[in-house]
Amino acid sequence: MFDALSTRLQSVFDKLGGHGRLTEDNIQAALREVRVALLEADVNFKVVRSFIERVKTKAVGQDVLTSLTPGHQVVKIVHDELVGLLGGSGHRLATAPHPPTVIMLMGLQGSGKTTTAAKLARMYAKQGQHPLLAAADIYRPAAIDQLKTLGAQLNVPVVGDASMKPLEICRKAREEAATRGLTPLILDTAGRLHIDEAMLDEVKAIKAEIKPHHVLLVVDAMTGQDAVTVAEKFNTAVGIDALVLTKMDGDARGGAALSVREVTGRPIAFVGVGEKTDALEPFHPDRLASRILGMGDVLSLVEKAQEAVDQKTAEEMVRKLRENAFTLEDFRQQLKQVRQMGPLDQVLGMIPGLGKMMKGGAAELAGEQKDLDRFDAIINSMTPAERTHPEVINGSRRQRIARGSGTSVSDVNRLLKQHAQLKKMMKQLKGMEGKLGRMKGLPGFPSLRG
Amino acid sequence: MSFFSGLKQRLTDGLRRSQELLSAELKTVFEPDRPIDDALFEELEEILIAADIGAALAADFKHRAKEEQMFGTVTRADQLRPLFRRFLVDTLAATTGTLDLAHQPSVLLMLGVNGAGKTTTCAKLAAQLKDDGKSVLLAAADTFRAAAIEQLQTWGARIGVDVIHQAAGSDPAAVVFDAVKAATARRVDVLIIDTAGRLHTKSNLMDELVKLKRVAERQLPGAPHESLMVLDAPTGQNGFAQAAMFHQAIGLSGLCLTKLDGTAKGGIVVRIVRELGVPIKLIGVGEKVDDLGPFDPARFIDALVPEA
Repeated sequence: MFDALSTRLQSVFDKLGGHGRLTEDNIQAALREVRVALLEADVNFKVVRSFIERVKTKAVGQDVLTSLTPGHQVVKIVHDELVGLLGGSGHRLATAPHPPTVIMLMGLQGSGKTTTAAKLARMYAKQGQHPLLAAADIYRPAAIDQLKTLGAQLNVPVVGDASMKPLEICRKAREEAATRGLTPLILDTAGRLHIDEAMLDEVKAIKAEIKPHHVLLVVDAMTGQDAVTVAEKFNTAVGIDALVLTKMDGDARGGAALSVREVTGRPIAFVGVGEKTDALEPFHPDRLASRILGMGDVLSLVEKAQEAVDQKTAEEMVRKLRENAFTLEDFRQQLKQVRQMGPLDQVLGMIPGLGKMMKGGAAELAGEQKDLDRFDAIINSMTPAERTHPEVINGSRRQRIARGSGTSVSDVNRLLKQHAQLKKMMKQLKGMEGKLGRMKGLPGFPSLRG
Repeated sequence: MSFFSGLKQRLTDGLRRSQELLSAELKTVFEPDRPIDDALFEELEEILIAADIGAALAADFKHRAKEEQMFGTVTRADQLRPLFRRFLVDTLAATTGTLDLAHQPSVLLMLGVNGAGKTTTCAKLAAQLKDDGKSVLLAAADTFRAAAIEQLQTWGARIGVDVIHQAAGSDPAAVVFDAVKAATARRVDVLIIDTAGRLHTKSNLMDELVKLKRVAERQLPGAPHESLMVLDAPTGQNGFAQAAMFHQAIGLSGLCLTKLDGTAKGGIVVRIVRELGVPIKLIGVGEKVDDLGPFDPARFIDALVPEA
């Protein structure tokens, strides 16, 4: 699973020849590559410098494990060290002894505070709590409307009035939360620069009076070297309890998170992975470490697959395999499961190594997504008998199906061919049922290539 | 560009913070008596990386400086300063450009990732063009984000510019269709289209953007006359991937670099300009209507690396 960086390190060690033990000399060259990888991932250069020093002391003298090449060994050390630095996973925001628990969001303009506020509200509401949102951004036009619209979608009440001062809004919201028994109270504040004294005073005043239990700094994953300055200033001026890393659904490597974590010492609580209100995830340090090093995100992929594939369907599929009764209906079921994992380009982006290849292949991928839609339409245009016994589909039936689904006969042929191939492949797999049982999270991925 | 007047001071003020930080660090590197050695290059490289210019570009400059040193054209560390300025001028000034406003209507399509400052930039630009005596129309083609339409409408009312819009959740292509039609019928000078923020990795959203461009083009041949990507200065190395993907999808005519009033220097634009040839056309230095101005490479470089 060690892709991009390890390939580069491989050439370094190839030049140096085989080594059973990492020495100061051979590791020096390797760490130069590590340094570039981290800088390209937007980790702050000062953080990189101290990090490299630490890794060097750790790595020198280590035996190269027999199962690994020296390049992999270095990546492993770097990876482990990164995971350690990024901190524990699943930092939970403790519930206050006396409700409401107050959570305050702050950050630069456009970092994603309002969206995060709505996502948090949804998460708590899903857990059976009754959150209250306070829209304290009176500066950006329609920011209060934005939170109110999101609140209405989620059935979460929102306090906010552009004619009131931000502190008054927060005060009113806390009173309302107390009288109506709502918790947690989530304060969405205006975006502000970390060097804007007047605006920092405003958020300090809110903090002093409302005393939020958790002050969350919202950081855009695409932030560059400046993340350190931003986090440092906010931390000194206001104080931060935890971090939220947003826009992680793009291809930013998210090195800013490491910088911010290093200068504030605060844990990363949540990660934002999309524009919709359900796109908030707990933080996993190992995944981010892999991503910073350009190694893809295999675990997220597996998890997504497990989410999408419901266990019953999977068992049913295994039974069908045994009986060798894999119909077109089953084929469609599988295509559906692949689609439930999200847009194909995102899913494939998580596979190590593919991230890079995808740069040129975006159009191709979009084509495959369209293929899936087309296959769905084609199967819809078949009679139930044709779906269970595709061998009856002759030339004239093919023409009818193509017309009915708005596709061409060659599309229909392609689908039938893929189904036949898959069926054949599964027949071969039957012999290895033991193995299949172990990977039931991912039952027989259909090949997307014709 | 005549329509941005009186901007000099604000812009310089906004850029000053970036300047203050960088110039102090550069001063120690470009010390006249300092020997030009590996330690110096390493320090310089770190300063450039800290400005988000990136490791690759920093290495390029190091190469060039070492060459000059070999030829004997550079012997003292303070000679590296003009060399570095020239390096930046060569990169940034090579592809300059002003907004193409020669049509009636000139259609400007504003695009970018979420939270870069598209809506605010649309409003600022509309206000300034209006002040300059042009008739302007805004189009709210971000129908996805909650209250994005209201945000642009509030701006429209504030600056006295009409906003073409439909209900939230409607088809943005229909908004663009209406807007181009209205702009043509009303014979306005400029139509500014605000689009939804989208990550460059989402192929379906990129397809949508391509469609918006196509709709505008079909309605008015030659439109959009400008496809401007809004990029905020704190963005790091990912900014290049953004520009590359948007450029590949619809062909960018320029960049708007926003939020330069913070401490971030927006150094990633150097790589974008250099490798993609997309010029920077506008810069934003604050939340006020007049905190937007044309990009002037000389002044930008002066702010980044002062002459002495």
